[in-house]
Amino acid sequence: MTAQQKATLQKLGPFIALLVVSGALAIMSPDFLTVGNLMNVMRQVSINALIAFGMTLVILLGGIDLSVGSILALSSVCIALMIQSGLDPVLATLLGIAAGAGMGFANGWIISKGKVAPFIATLASMTILRGLSLVFSGGSPITGLDSDFFQMLGGGYVAGLVPVPVVWMLLMFAGFWFLLKQTVFGRHVYATGGNEEASRLSGVKVDRIKIWVYTVSGAMSAMAGVVLTSRLNSAQPTAGTGYELDAIAAVVLGGTSLTGGRGWIFGTLMGALLIGVLNNGLNLLGVSSFYQQVIKGAVILLAVLLDRAGKK
Amino acid sequence: MKVSMRGICKAFGPVRVLENVDFTLHGGEIHALMGENGAGKSTLMKILSGVYQPDSGSVEVDGKAVAIRTTRDAEAAGIAIIHQELNLIPQLSVMENLFLGREPSRFGVIQRAAMRQQARAQLDALGASQIDVEAEAGSLSIGQQQMVEIAKALAMDARVLIMDEPTAALSAREIDTLFALMRGLQARGVAIVYVSHRMEEIFHICDKISVLRDGCFVGERVIADTGFDEVVKLMVGREIGDRFPGRDVVPGAVRLAVRGLSDGRHIDGISFEARAGEVLGIAGLMGAGRSEILKTLFGVNRRTAGEVWLDGAPLDLRSPAAAIAAGLAFVTEDRKSQGLVLGMSVRENATLVHLDSYARLGVVNGAAEQAAVAQQISQLRIRTRDAELDVKSLSGGNQQKVVFAKWLAKPPKVLLLDEPTRGVDVGGKAEIYHIINQLAAAGVAIVMVSSELPEVMAMSNRILVLHEGRQTALFDAANLSQEDIMAAATGTAGHDTRTTQD
Repeated sequence: MTAQQKATLQKLGPFIALLVVSGALAIMSPDFLTVGNLMNVMRQVSINALIAFGMTLVILLGGIDLSVGSILALSSVCIALMIQSGLDPVLATLLGIAAGAGMGFANGWIISKGKVAPFIATLASMTILRGLSLVFSGGSPITGLDSDFFQMLGGGYVAGLVPVPVVWMLLMFAGFWFLLKQTVFGRHVYATGGNEEASRLSGVKVDRIKIWVYTVSGAMSAMAGVVLTSRLNSAQPTAGTGYELDAIAAVVLGGTSLTGGRGWIFGTLMGALLIGVLNNGLNLLGVSSFYQQVIKGAVILLAVLLDRAGKK
Repeated sequence: MKVSMRGICKAFGPVRVLENVDFTLHGGEIHALMGENGAGKSTLMKILSGVYQPDSGSVEVDGKAVAIRTTRDAEAAGIAIIHQELNLIPQLSVMENLFLGREPSRFGVIQRAAMRQQARAQLDALGASQIDVEAEAGSLSIGQQQMVEIAKALAMDARVLIMDEPTAALSAREIDTLFALMRGLQARGVAIVYVSHRMEEIFHICDKISVLRDGCFVGERVIADTGFDEVVKLMVGREIGDRFPGRDVVPGAVRLAVRGLSDGRHIDGISFEARAGEVLGIAGLMGAGRSEILKTLFGVNRRTAGEVWLDGAPLDLRSPAAAIAAGLAFVTEDRKSQGLVLGMSVRENATLVHLDSYARLGVVNGAAEQAAVAQQISQLRIRTRDAELDVKSLSGGNQQKVVFAKWLAKPPKVLLLDEPTRGVDVGGKAEIYHIINQLAAAGVAIVMVSSELPEVMAMSNRILVLHEGRQTALFDAANLSQEDIMAAATGTAGHDTRTTQD
């Protein structure tokens, strides 16, 4: 096997893992490989995938965004309050996503201009934003969002078959693929993550790149918040707790290096699907939710160890 | 005492790095190991010091075969290596570093008093009494850190000391100290392997020289019986012609004008002009502020005073991006940390600076990018199988050409060069000098910092000399001697005693 073939196989590792796990589940459970169930899995995956796409950019920069779950909750609360107060749902949704982008912008600004480590900066904003969503909602869920448009965003179907969130996920996947593969911005993200000093000296506006990346991560979290709020038809101030870990797991399973500079969005999609398929399959097989956590953690560890071994 | 390596072969996957190499070393000699980048010097020394295992071949010490499977085995056999990247832990004190892994202790409690006493004695024995054993290792100068590493090696009874490019980061004065130390060790019967690209130093300090080319041993010579040209021919396997190719360009109009430039910390009141087609050399000791002039011009360091004009217009010194937009280019000193994104391909590195030229509305035109890179690879003669290979898989000289490629994608008005041939082998150096000459002929103004005096003197039209952040001379390079430069660089005419033999 040549080095190039090996590298390709390595890159396709997450895809192969997904096929293997899906194949095993298809044999073990007759309900797994049905169109209805697969669409269901994809819909469940979509929220994590949307967040993980943004997280991929952040991790490519060598950063981390712990605040995604809190951004999701706060933008969700904002949207619900706006709709409740009679604002046009389309406008409320757009404003909510803009608010998420704004929160990400603040993260990026603090990290690049204030030179605070991403872990610390987003740990702080995770706590602050969670607190604010409790403050704005009074600590209880906001319900009664009577809008067909808004309910369609998370609960609707295209052509009566494909859930709307899945369409969002695929569109965003294509967008991120293009962004990373074909644009100057994408190249600069890889370069900055690979060697920030060399990039700055090559004229890359490193601070601007960082701010944009965290802004995108914030917007993606808010978009995931829209899907979740629409599906539940209510905003929960405690929604999205722990989502940052699922997103990071998807990115890492997809083969993106936590030290930055290396990775791709296809891997992240595969990673998110792998986690979703495992959740779904273990449910179908009736495995206790306690054991599900053990198995999920073990799979993540195994995947990363295999990745390591393959690189040697 | 005698160490012989016989018939050493080593391959990494399909790549044969060493082919049947013999290398012999006697006690009390300073033995240079030379070869172009990729010739196998480092691999051979890593085998001798237990980092790698040879596929075949043997190592004998005083006629007895020894198996060196780990660095511990090497230490037990009295072989120690001082790597180019020093291995001290900067947060620990000097003495803690000296005794790392073998701390004097009783019931697991470190005997600090004994440690301090022994550390002091070891450093004093090396004539390094100015080093405080309680100081944090990271606070020492590079030269002092190297002393500590040598002391550490000798404390383990090393009889063979391998030094990989030991002078690369040292000032002239520190080099003198190091050479004096090496001569002392030599007198005590220690064998020293000296790996370096610096020809002048090798002819100055070494007794013998062994040359590797493409993984094969091509010859051993006694320094006194050989010359520069023969060694170069052994290394590259062909005549390389002039070491410094000549340039026949008459400098034109002033492109870069600098008046009273200061950064408030490293440089103060720097003034010079660089003309189209001119190479202005900047010489000085390590820490004199040479690189800082370039960094300030390029917007990396803040200017606190002074004016800079480019082609008669004031230059924006706020950021590298602004400098690039104005037409400056900057080949940085440290290729790995500042020049290249090592995890990216040759193509991605080569287009990093001017990617916008191949993009419309932020979308890169892949075909245009690839065509431009292919052209640069042939124009700069970058040896790589494929533009998609990781840039880190290239040799030092070819990596440096990729750095040039990224800056030359659009012709700059002013090119700043900081140690442009550091870590580049002889053949690669000549090619880089050719590139510099071509750029000068095209009307680029070039400002070049270099620690290698022969290089500065041969390549420059004029030479600016710095001493502790201030300029002490601006020489015409014709009819200049190294002594003139060193006198200005040390700030005390006639004081410096360091000489080099050509």
